[in-house]
Amino acid sequence: MRAVCWHGPRDVRVDEVPEPELINPRDAIVRVSSTAICGSDLHLFNGVVPTMESGDVLGHEFMGEVVAVGSGCRTLSAGDRVVVPFAIACGDCFYCRERLTSLCDNSNPNASMAEALYGFSAAGLFGYSHLYGGYAGGQAQYVRVPFADVGAFKVPASLRDEQVLFLSDVLPTAYMAAENCGIRPGDVVAVWGAGPVGLLAIECAYRLGADRVIAIDRWPARLRLAESHGKAETLDYEELPDVVEELKQRTGGRGPDACIDAVGTEAHGTTLDALYDRARLAVRLGTDRSHVLRQAIQACRKGGTVSIPGVYGGLLDKVPIGAAFAKGLTLRMGQTHVHRYMAPLLAQIEAGRIDPTFIITHDRWPMSAAPEAYRMFRDKADDCVKVVMDPSR
Amino acid sequence: MRHRSPRHRSLKSDPKAWAATGALTVVAVAAGAAWVASRNPRWRHDGRRRSDMPTLAAGRGARVERTVTILRSPEELYARWRDLARLPELMAHLESVTPIDEKRSRWVARGPGGTRVAWEAEITADEPGRLIAWRSVEGADIENAGSVRFTEAPGGRGTEVKVLLSYELPAGRLGEAALSWLWESGDQEVREDLRRFKQQMETGEIATAAPRPAEAR
Repeated sequence: MRAVCWHGPRDVRVDEVPEPELINPRDAIVRVSSTAICGSDLHLFNGVVPTMESGDVLGHEFMGEVVAVGSGCRTLSAGDRVVVPFAIACGDCFYCRERLTSLCDNSNPNASMAEALYGFSAAGLFGYSHLYGGYAGGQAQYVRVPFADVGAFKVPASLRDEQVLFLSDVLPTAYMAAENCGIRPGDVVAVWGAGPVGLLAIECAYRLGADRVIAIDRWPARLRLAESHGKAETLDYEELPDVVEELKQRTGGRGPDACIDAVGTEAHGTTLDALYDRARLAVRLGTDRSHVLRQAIQACRKGGTVSIPGVYGGLLDKVPIGAAFAKGLTLRMGQTHVHRYMAPLLAQIEAGRIDPTFIITHDRWPMSAAPEAYRMFRDKADDCVKVVMDPSR
Repeated sequence: MRHRSPRHRSLKSDPKAWAATGALTVVAVAAGAAWVASRNPRWRHDGRRRSDMPTLAAGRGARVERTVTILRSPEELYARWRDLARLPELMAHLESVTPIDEKRSRWVARGPGGTRVAWEAEITADEPGRLIAWRSVEGADIENAGSVRFTEAPGGRGTEVKVLLSYELPAGRLGEAALSWLWESGDQEVREDLRRFKQQMETGEIATAAPRPAEAR
């Protein structure tokens, strides 16, 4: 079968690899019908996530048709159309029972690696480095889905792939980011990064009762989308580099009630601290850039919440923990507990209240041209926001 | 790294100066951490000594202590562990365990470099739902003593499973290389064995990222 494989920084290729097979009783094999490139895949593409190996199959936003099920997978049968959450969860451990599925105790075969780095291991992820389990990802024609009886989520035939595909990651991620803000009527929410997660977070924040949402980015097409579709106010940080002061002015001097960092580890900035981050990374004194997080902490009103759906992997430097402490901020973060959001968000999609298809700028892109898609997405060329690939082409 | 930042350039405006300052800080912090680690008994090579730990005569040998919480009852976990013949399904280094009678059993394990080690063990304490303790008998390739204790965790969080193990190679049996390998790997082996035990008991299977059975384990 064909699969998108990582071969090193900025080097992804479409390789011919053997098809996956059933191994454990609760496995299923899914023939992929649609697969997207996630913003977090760019961290892999750029080589900032450790423990990738040449030949690793990428991709964690995918859906398709079940073609084989193991003997212990009683909820699925061949022919079912399913969306698969990016985090692999057993459904049986303490964390899964608490509906914190991205913290599953049992799905990372390389848990000892994560324990050495983080103290404990969270769930295994599809196509996201050996630290997160080394599972082959979904930018492929077929995928082995472990614990498919709790993971693969059936979707009705009445909905198109594009309407439900994002249940695998970005829609629940945006929803959890907004939910983590603890929004109350009258709240102003600031969102850094108007990419797929940021754009959907704008929508979710309004849905959860925000009075105003302010989107911060530098790409005109994304800011336009945040305005036209999201009904957000926008802030171009290249025009107005003092983002903290600008947010203060726009919120009656109070600051946003909640700040969402939908950018994560590869934040881009124009100010002194952003230059410092780049210098530090260049000499390998750290692993993550924290420019957006610094701004969010600085801008947030006293007693407010900073919600972090953006991915961080290692060590952050110059995080103003003193400001967070002095202002009594709440910081909420982590990989999304996708499993618990799929059913309620599907109901919203079915009812026509949420339509995430507006983020797609490149649909049915042939998977055979995946390397071009990665470069286009990274460079925001052709105003790219979201690429959905067709693995059959 | 050569650092040639002229004095008149302020630290604030020069990313390289920042980086050099950062490098010095990292070195200082690392040295401090190493000193703290050397003072911490947990990081010393001889491991922790505990009064409830099964020990070999005269307190010889390597010691391992590992605990994991499993969302199952103490009775279920005890029963699975007490079924000695099935332990190799969970413990990667074990080749076979053959019960001889209620108390005694014969163990064969994989050693380093394709070697094989064997011993006969006897159960020295057996409290259903609570504790199993064992000790190797005369003539073992690896002299060892151990226990596994099952204690209900608070708040319905399952069972805390604690393994204590001490082991030593009789002098001259497999040589120094094998001994040092065991010193290095014992703790990791027990940790991975307990992880597999937890996965099997909670989910009914052992997680693998292999794409095909041929590549699994």
